[in-house]
Formats: sequence, structure tokens, C-alpha cells
Amino acid sequence: MTTNPHLLDRREAVKALLEDRSDLLVVSGLGSSSYDVFDAGENAANFYLWGAMGGAAMIGLGLALAQPKRPVAVITGDGEQLMGIGSLLTIAAKKPGNLAIIVLDNGHFGETGMQMSHSGLGSRLEVIAGGAGFHSVSDIADFEGIAALRRKLRNFDGPHFARIRVSTAHVARALPPRDGVFLKNRFRGHLGLPVN
Amino acid sequence: MADLATADDVTSRDWPLDIYKALKAAGVSQVCYVPDAGHSRLIQLSHGDSAINTTVLTTEEEGVALCAGAWLGGDRAVLLMQSSGVGNCVNMLSLLASCRLPFLTFVTMRGEWAEFNPWQIPMGKATRGALEIMGVTVLRLERPEDAEEVTSAAASLAFDSDQQIAVLISQRMIGRKKWTEAK
Repeated sequence: MTTNPHLLDRREAVKALLEDRSDLLVVSGLGSSSYDVFDAGENAANFYLWGAMGGAAMIGLGLALAQPKRPVAVITGDGEQLMGIGSLLTIAAKKPGNLAIIVLDNGHFGETGMQMSHSGLGSRLEVIAGGAGFHSVSDIADFEGIAALRRKLRNFDGPHFARIRVSTAHVARALPPRDGVFLKNRFRGHLGLPVN
Repeated sequence: MADLATADDVTSRDWPLDIYKALKAAGVSQVCYVPDAGHSRLIQLSHGDSAINTTVLTTEEEGVALCAGAWLGGDRAVLLMQSSGVGNCVNMLSLLASCRLPFLTFVTMRGEWAEFNPWQIPMGKATRGALEIMGVTVLRLERPEDAEEVTSAAASLAFDSDQQIAVLISQRMIGRKKWTEAK
């Protein structure tokens, strides 16, 4: 498989997105997206998924509704979002201003052998999001676009949807903690919530 | 709500109101649902309450993930669905087991009592098993007068003891489906 040298490196894209993240809460979809978010800087305000494929955006919605004063970003891959494609309709209907769904789109199922995804086969996730009712939609292929998205994360005028076109080029391994109970308690502790 | 006195048209007791009151007492502030006729009263009460964030879903597994996110953010959430939706949730329930997340769902049963639609039978028969294989504790609500107590106990098991709880509301209690528009 060839890689397009003009596409963004996913690690650099996520690092740029999470620069000066301040009070941003982040949910990352299973697989490479969780590795990218971890590699950009370990943070108690990160909730890394290692499973629950298709659920990242909805976890983001529940969190955004519970924490309306905090910006929430879901950072996930095209395959993960495709499995929960209906959640784009649910989020657009609910219109949480503090939520952004950000899809790192390499057009492939990266964890399972780089099979082509529906996105790689021509489906346009940002068009689907627009049709679902997102009024703020971006299709990003450069760092200027990421800088603009970073500003949007703070405007509480969402929900925002962004597709970031990223390369399929190999990246170094970076594995976040896998213990779900630890991640839950750490995240809630960050918000000042008690452990049961 | 202006019309709290409206009686349910199947039983004389307004048991969805009892569930609603018990959920309020338990501090529930998010409700999500895939509609079911048996849940229509509770859905209406939820939408009418500005202190509850009510979310309509495209599929039930979205609700499992939404409830997980709500808890991460400090909210208590509840998922309302019909028994046919339980099968849609199975893999997403692993999220709750992996993170030991509280979970509370109310499932209106089909396919178990005076069912007229044979397509409802297979999932109705499998509902309890599908929940239990994923670690969810199943409670039954059989009598309208038990609604408040069962809801309160279920909420405590979920939110105080980190359990995943499904309350199955019996089809006998909901009543036979009526086809008023065609008669």
C-alpha cells in the first residue's frame, strides 16, 4: 500500500489540536486515536477507549451534557465513527454547544490490517454530518485548518464536526493505560467527583 | 407538569409517574430512549422536565454509551427501551463491565404475554439471557404498585453499588396492544 505524502501525520495533527488544551475534556476512540491522544500528552482529562467500538461520540455526548461549562472533544477514527454513524444524528438533534466530534480519517481500518473503510471507498463523513444536522462542519487537510478547529473548540457554538485527513503511514507504538476502572476514577477525580 | 393526574389507560395506577418520581428522588438528570408505546408516558414526563436532559436515540447501544459518558461527567442517566433493543446493546455493555460503570435501564417487554406479533417472540425470550451474559443484573417489575420501590432499589444498586441493572417491565402489566385507529 502506498501512502500519500501530502496527508497529515496523525500524531502531529493530534499534537497540534491538543496544544494549549486548557480545560478541554477528551474521549478517544479505540485503536490509533487513543494512541495518538496519549502520545500528545498524558492527561487525567483524557478518557481512552480500548473497546466499545462505535460508542466514542455518544460517550462524548453524555459527558458534554453533564459538563456544559467544559469543552468536550471526541477524537476517533473513521472506522470507529462508521460503526456508530447514527450517533451523528442523535448529537445533531441534541445540539450540545460544547461538543466536537473529530474524525481522524485515513480511509482504512488501521488496527486490523489496513482494509479499506467506507470512507476510503468514497463515503464522505463530513457530508453525512452536515446532513445529520451539524451546522459546523470542517474538512481539514492542513495545519491551518487544525488551528481554526482548535479555536472552534472554545467557542461553545457547536456541536462541531471535523474530518481530518491523515496519512496511513506507520507511527511508533504509544499505549495508554488499559484499566477501565482506573481511567474512570482518574477522569472523575479530575472533575472533582468522588469515587464510589 | 400540568396533567400529572392523567391516568394510564391500561392500569388505573399511574405507574410511569411512580418510576419518574423515584428517578427524580435518586438524582437522575439524563434520560435517553428509543421510543416504545409502553414508555410513552415516562418519555413525556421526562421531556416535560427542564431539569432532565432527554435524548432520543437512533439505536439502543447509543444509550449505553451515553449513560457511561454521563457518569464520567457526574450525571446519573437512565436508558428506556423495548426488549427488542436489548440485543442491539450486547457489545456496548462490555464498556460498563470494563470500567465498572453504573447503569440503569428500563425495558418494556414484548413477546412474553398475549403477544400478537410472532416477530417479537425470539428477542423477548432472549432478553434476560442477553443481559445476564454481559453481567447485567435483571429485576422484574410485575405489579404497578411496586414501580416506585423497584425503581428506587434498582437506582441504589446501580448508582451506589456500581452495578449494571435492567428492570424488565412485564408485558402483562403494560397490557395488550390496542389497534384503535383501525376499528
